[in-house]
Amino acid sequence: MAVKDYIRERFFPHLWCPGCGHGIVMSSMIRAIEKLGIKKNDIVVVSGIGCSSRICGYLDFHTLHTLHGRALAFATGVKLSRPELTLIVPMGDGDAFAIGGNHLIHAARRNIDLTAIIMNNNIYGMTGGQYSPSTGYGDLATTAPYGNIDPSFDPVKLVLGAGASFVARTTTYHVTSMIKILEKAIAHKGFSVVEVLSQCPTYYGRSNKFATAVDMMNFYKNQTTPIGSKDKARNPELLERGIFVQEERPEYCAEYAKVIEKASQGR
Amino acid sequence: MKDNILFLQGNEACVEAALYAGLDFFAGYPITPSTEIAELLSSRLPARGGKFIQMEDEISSMCAIVGASLTGKKVMTATSGPGFSLKQEAIGFAVMTETPCVVVDVQRGGPSTGLPTSGSQGDVMQARWGTHGEHAIIALTASTNQDVFAMTVEAFNLSETFRTPVILLLDEVVAHTREKLIMPEPGEINVVERLHTSVPEGTDYHPYLPREDGRLPVSDFGGVHRYNVTGLAHDMWGFPSNNPKIVYGLMRHLVDKIQGHTKEISRTKEFFAGDAETLLVSYGSSARTALHVVENRRARGEKLGLLELQTLWPFPADAVRERCASVDFVVVVEMNMGQILHEVKKVVDDHEKVFLANQIDGTFITPTDVLNILRIIQGKGT
Repeated sequence: MAVKDYIRERFFPHLWCPGCGHGIVMSSMIRAIEKLGIKKNDIVVVSGIGCSSRICGYLDFHTLHTLHGRALAFATGVKLSRPELTLIVPMGDGDAFAIGGNHLIHAARRNIDLTAIIMNNNIYGMTGGQYSPSTGYGDLATTAPYGNIDPSFDPVKLVLGAGASFVARTTTYHVTSMIKILEKAIAHKGFSVVEVLSQCPTYYGRSNKFATAVDMMNFYKNQTTPIGSKDKARNPELLERGIFVQEERPEYCAEYAKVIEKASQGR
Repeated sequence: MKDNILFLQGNEACVEAALYAGLDFFAGYPITPSTEIAELLSSRLPARGGKFIQMEDEISSMCAIVGASLTGKKVMTATSGPGFSLKQEAIGFAVMTETPCVVVDVQRGGPSTGLPTSGSQGDVMQARWGTHGEHAIIALTASTNQDVFAMTVEAFNLSETFRTPVILLLDEVVAHTREKLIMPEPGEINVVERLHTSVPEGTDYHPYLPREDGRLPVSDFGGVHRYNVTGLAHDMWGFPSNNPKIVYGLMRHLVDKIQGHTKEISRTKEFFAGDAETLLVSYGSSARTALHVVENRRARGEKLGLLELQTLWPFPADAVRERCASVDFVVVVEMNMGQILHEVKKVVDDHEKVFLANQIDGTFITPTDVLNILRIIQGKGT
């Protein structure tokens, strides 16, 4: 199938700004799904609120556009009641790390088979450029006119600590690798988190000395490096990308199937 | 002793009824005084292939049941005051997306942490207006275990019929009172199943295009129709829209499908109401006190009657208006500062004849609390 067979053309054009990275993530997601050969009727995409979450409407799957921060909670209900379905949960950084932080760590702890794709653009875009838990120290935002003093989360360490069994980071510059990572993340039986650095030239870039979206993608190119590379040893400032963890661990729905078995035998 | 007679708590009666109604999925979070519902379901649901999950908080419990409902399952959560507050945003999501679900709120003293182990009826207005924005809602209540059973099944039935969250407003006293329940036989009480679309695969399905009767046949997630569900105002495909005509149609549909069926949704019980000169209007555990007073006074020849409300929202205005028209005095008996009192006053011909007998200190409302008001009305004391 072609990429356009996975989208709802009726609802285009999309609402993302020129230069936004989210369309690249959407296209990579579609290509990963196509490679995996999963039927459209077997996929449920659940999102929260924000620019990233609007991805739902454009995709021709079962789509659920929920509340700010709560996508993983809704997705948990869908998955546990129909474990045979493939659940993909696109989120933004404010969505996943701030208002939805609790659900993120608990979905990781449970190791429920959902794939969280966190489109991290370091800003609240939909509301006009306020600082998020992943805005860097000193960055400017509409609510940090004197520079942000909040230290940011390292999302990879956060979800690793919470017990996610698949953790990866990629960027909108590294599309080929993003597709491969998403393919593995979706196929993984357990909670997968993929952080995708996705540029917001309109609100983050403009306030933080990036003239264009291309500058921001070049930044992703130059400031990231594959996990364990020699460059990282030379320059600790570089952000690692790739798959940090990929482990088989007991998955929540599979564990619950055992509970049902026990319960139906009267313990 | 017949084996269909059980001796149990109100919370347990609620669980028995939910299972009778076909509950498939429960998500919850521990909170007094509703916890027994979660505890019992954690054991009973998986034994019949259903799912129970204890979520990380009250909000996610509400979200999880909405997600599960979209796959075609009958779902429920249970909570109390503080948890009910936290669930409100997601209850609004269920209203907007027309997702059937049952939310049990076992009321306790509030505001805030309040009185976790005491009875109260302080959440009546929160059940009506807890979530933001204009909307309609269904809320039911019950005073005995037998009625807890009946109203729980009714909550599922109405939620399926009208595709809406239904709030079941129990209270600590009803929830923890141990008494007899005669288990209805399967089929004895009607159980409504979800109405599914007959639109075949490959044909354009409009998930949010109501039929002429206002009903909305559904296609489950995982089925042959793929569509969008959103909390944003949306068109007949479920795609976000701010077109005023579309938004107006949606708002009217959401409100009218419930308000326009108030009579069908109204459940009331009457005791000695036919020739009453003074009518008590009550609901939930307070109605037991009210009934005690009525029976006691009737024995002395006083013409007291009781109208017990089992549907609180949409408010059964016609039933209340009719019953109150012929009486001299109306006394609303409730455990709050008059949340139903004001609704009664709105619909009676002369609101000067409506009085409140209440209790708000955490103790259960007693016949004396009601008698004190009756004495004042009858001019026998202050």
